Amino acid sequence: MNLSRNWLADFVDVSDIENKAYCDRMTDTGSKVEGFEVLGDDIENVVVGRITTITPHENSDHLQICMLNVGGAEDIQIVTGAQNVFPGAIVPVALAPSKLPGGVVIKAGKLRGVASNGMLCSIGELNLTTHDMPDAIEDGILILDESFTDKIGMDIREALMLNDSVVEFEITSNRPDCLSVIGLARETAVSFDRALNIPTPVVKGVNDGDTVTNHITVAIDEPALCPRYTARVVKNVKIAPSPLWLRMRLRASGVRPINNIVDITNYVMLEYGQPMHAFDYACLDGSEIRVRRAAAGEQFMSLDDQPHTLDESMLVIADQNKAVALAGVMGGANSEITEKTATVVFESANFMGASVRVTAKKQGMRTESSARFEKGLDPENTLPAIQRACELVELLGAGDVVDGIIDLYPGKAEPTVLPLEPEKINRFLGVNLEGEYMAKVLRDLAFDVQGDRVIVPSFRADVVSMADIAEEIIRIYGYNAIESTAIFAGISQGMRTPSQAYEVELHDALVGMGLYQIETFSFISPKFYDRIGLPADSALRRSVVISNPLGEDTSVMRTTALPSMLEVLARNKNFANESAALYEMATVYLPHEAENELPDECKQLTLGMYGAGADFYTLKGVCENLLSLSRIAGARYVACGDNPTFHPGRCAKIVLADGAEAGILGEVHPTVAATYGLDSGTLIAALDFAVLFAHRSVEVEYKPLPKFPASTRDFSFVCEEALEVGHIEDVMAKAGGKLVEDIRLFDIYRGPQVGEGKKSVSMRVTLRAADRTLTVEECDKAAGKIVAALDRELGLKLRG
Amino acid sequence: MRETLERIRQAAMEQLSAADADLEQIRIQYLGKKGELTAVLRGMGKLSAEERPVIGQLANEVRADIEQAIAAQAEKNAAAALEKKLIDERIDVTMPGTAPALGQRHPLAIIQREMEEIFIGMGFQIAEGPEVEYDYYNFQALNIPENHPARDTQDTFYITDKILLRSQTSPVQVRVMEKQRPPIRIISPGRVYRSDAVDATHSPLFHQMEGLVVDKGITMGDLKGMLELFAKQMFGEETRIRFRPHHFPFTEPSAEVDVSCFACGGKGCRLCKGEGWIEILGAGMVHPNVLRNCNVDPEEYSGFAFGMGIERVTMLKYHIDDMRLLYENDVRFLGQF
Repeated sequence: MNLSRNWLADFVDVSDIENKAYCDRMTDTGSKVEGFEVLGDDIENVVVGRITTITPHENSDHLQICMLNVGGAEDIQIVTGAQNVFPGAIVPVALAPSKLPGGVVIKAGKLRGVASNGMLCSIGELNLTTHDMPDAIEDGILILDESFTDKIGMDIREALMLNDSVVEFEITSNRPDCLSVIGLARETAVSFDRALNIPTPVVKGVNDGDTVTNHITVAIDEPALCPRYTARVVKNVKIAPSPLWLRMRLRASGVRPINNIVDITNYVMLEYGQPMHAFDYACLDGSEIRVRRAAAGEQFMSLDDQPHTLDESMLVIADQNKAVALAGVMGGANSEITEKTATVVFESANFMGASVRVTAKKQGMRTESSARFEKGLDPENTLPAIQRACELVELLGAGDVVDGIIDLYPGKAEPTVLPLEPEKINRFLGVNLEGEYMAKVLRDLAFDVQGDRVIVPSFRADVVSMADIAEEIIRIYGYNAIESTAIFAGISQGMRTPSQAYEVELHDALVGMGLYQIETFSFISPKFYDRIGLPADSALRRSVVISNPLGEDTSVMRTTALPSMLEVLARNKNFANESAALYEMATVYLPHEAENELPDECKQLTLGMYGAGADFYTLKGVCENLLSLSRIAGARYVACGDNPTFHPGRCAKIVLADGAEAGILGEVHPTVAATYGLDSGTLIAALDFAVLFAHRSVEVEYKPLPKFPASTRDFSFVCEEALEVGHIEDVMAKAGGKLVEDIRLFDIYRGPQVGEGKKSVSMRVTLRAADRTLTVEECDKAAGKIVAALDRELGLKLRG
Repeated sequence: MRETLERIRQAAMEQLSAADADLEQIRIQYLGKKGELTAVLRGMGKLSAEERPVIGQLANEVRADIEQAIAAQAEKNAAAALEKKLIDERIDVTMPGTAPALGQRHPLAIIQREMEEIFIGMGFQIAEGPEVEYDYYNFQALNIPENHPARDTQDTFYITDKILLRSQTSPVQVRVMEKQRPPIRIISPGRVYRSDAVDATHSPLFHQMEGLVVDKGITMGDLKGMLELFAKQMFGEETRIRFRPHHFPFTEPSAEVDVSCFACGGKGCRLCKGEGWIEILGAGMVHPNVLRNCNVDPEEYSGFAFGMGIERVTMLKYHIDDMRLLYENDVRFLGQF
């Protein structure tokens, strides 16, 4: 809402308050100011002047030399190229030196040898349009009419009423009453403790015996959607431009002047916050106006010449044959005010907010009118507004107001009455204000306070409870005047849940291992499932689908976070980052069968890396560390050759001791890597947070440090490439019995000496007993068992 | 004999003063079994009884002098050798270190954890709620009925008529109050969704942190006190806060809350656009309708709620000027925090 301060001055005098101070205080009391603009501050030293003589320029065919009276003792000389000037014309004169909008600077100079001490201005040069100055032409000097005779020498900003300041308010949806000059004037008066003066409009009428019902009758078919409908008729209408003051107020408010009747409806909407509509009476079929629901499929052409197909949820204003307006949204082209309009019907009605909102939304036409109605307007306001419109008609001489008012008010409601509870309010806010003070603030805000009863004004439908009353009081008293206090309450224990604490532990461990955390969008394209090679029948393809997505790439909620990880890896590679090691604590969304059930939201920890030092075993090391940190023992890494996202020979599932799968890790399948533009050798993993959390152990029991030394035995043998080290370890551990403390791979070799398809494996076994130093014989015996088992079970012979 | 001893002393000292003196050789030459001084001493027997002690003393002095001189020279030599060794062992300390890689939390996560720790310290617990949420929790229970204009300000992604992607973390308030009787003191950080196309200041997905306190006798002064404490811990001890009246359907009274600019201290700078204040969160007293919707009696209990954007705080604190950087995850960006 743009508020003209000149207009505001009609109702409350705050002329002594600077714009900045005004804006700050209004924001503090709850009418948020976005900013202000001083109109005409880009115009300097431009005055009203009258051309006294014009003589031709001897060196030019199109230039003329004007002498101008600009209010001083001597006329000044200005050379102009304009052709529409004449002796006696009153024009805007930019004196040398002066400033014009757009940073233009006018200086004294010579035009083809003749001195010129300024410039005559067109409307464009003053940043005006033909809407603002309807008598002006665009390509010529602005010729002012004779009413400016007494303004010769006057600053043009004053003469054209450009000297105004406009304050831009952000009005919240609960205060539609503040979408008006009067509403803001009331807030202003309370904020600055000034008197508020809202005159009651006075309509003289013509007293010719004619009455409104001779012209129209109104029927409301849908009182629930139209609580009130007020109408008056104006005859002998003379369509003309509005006077300058009215045009300039509309301009300051950001509304384009059109003609007197249309301007009046806009003016009243801005001043009273009540949208108005004017019909051309001659365009109505019959004399009955009916407020009814549209028929399904009914066609309607709006004022802006857009066709609309209506349905039964929408309310229209209709004559006996057709809709002439979409209620509360826009009038129809079929009854538009034109230059020929002779009789006008003014409508000032109240429509139900939700209905207007739905209609405007369906038709995609949010208007100044619908934006007001949808917030819920005050039905009491229709009558003052229409009276003000008729008062303006008389003031402007735009027509004769026919006596009588049509005013149907089926939705009249009792005012809201609330108790005034100062103690409760003080307790709620943490302040200590007198009941008298509260009553005064409320009265200033137009509440009627009678003893301990507060009668809420009809335009404050948002006030329904003690909390609302409290807000009214505190916003005027000042939020910042409330003293800060510490909560008086029992001690409460602030802490993370075990799962939240575990998550923090994982983050810290991952960062400690050199990984960077990433954050990616939770929605992806369903095509990403193809990119990671998910089988067509995979359950993971069933996603929660967004019905109104921004685009396909963000249209379904992910069931796996691997595409997000791959995308980020690819992006980093594109940025020429040589290596990356990343993780995301991602959420995935797994839908249920039932349509109206929320999906399961599960945490999935994804890992991804590429570049120097990143291979399967690095990634596996990270996973091992996470399990070790979580004290999850006995996990096995089981080769997995059938997950299409992964390299079939370089992928493992992490299977926990009880068989639960904690995740999967491996090299990205070369085909998948190619679709992302990644090198083969890129590694990813996905771990299930819930499984890790469920299997983690928080119990730690200290084991005494060994008191006796350990012995080691090394075993080297050649085996088939396909034989897994994990399998060899299992056999050795079992054969070695309880003396085995540790088995470790310490060397692996492939080469011509061991032969094609074979590898040489070296393992070191640590043997120890808790209660004694092992003898050589004991160690040899254990080693012998291991050798025997390797031979027996795997056919392995020690290398010589 | 006296002359001989004096000559030996002089000769030894001369030899020792040479730069490349071989100390061991000099020791043998003079003090060794066949050394010159030893030879003199052997000849002492030929001296008279009067002379013997005098010459003997002199001989001992000469021996002591030579020994001392040799020791002093040896010490000097050792010091010089060590110095040379240390010089030879000098390394280039400007060559890069070879530590194991250091990982990094995402800037949003750093700020979120910082906020969490502050509130945990004030006795809050962390509540979690679904991102795919019922319309009821996201809107209706929060006093935003269907066709309420407040829905316009939050362009929402819908799954079905009844299910949507939560547009705020506030539904967690309702879920917590349904399950837990007051006293309640929770925060709830998480992802929220609004139908805004990606640009430097918008993202269809961002993070909010909600806070809720409900108990008997909670006042708006308590809200101010709590937020003041938070602001001081988050942005520095000197930080002040300012409340501006605002409207949220689920709080009454409602406020927008500014903190004094932590870059300039309130004098006005580029970060605060010359205002001296930075808008950081929305807050208010929980609307009685919301309490009622959760079967909490507003006559008995009151409470306050607040919410803030984690992206906003992160971007302000780190002077990040483009929101897209946060979701691009370029390691050159991530490595800076």
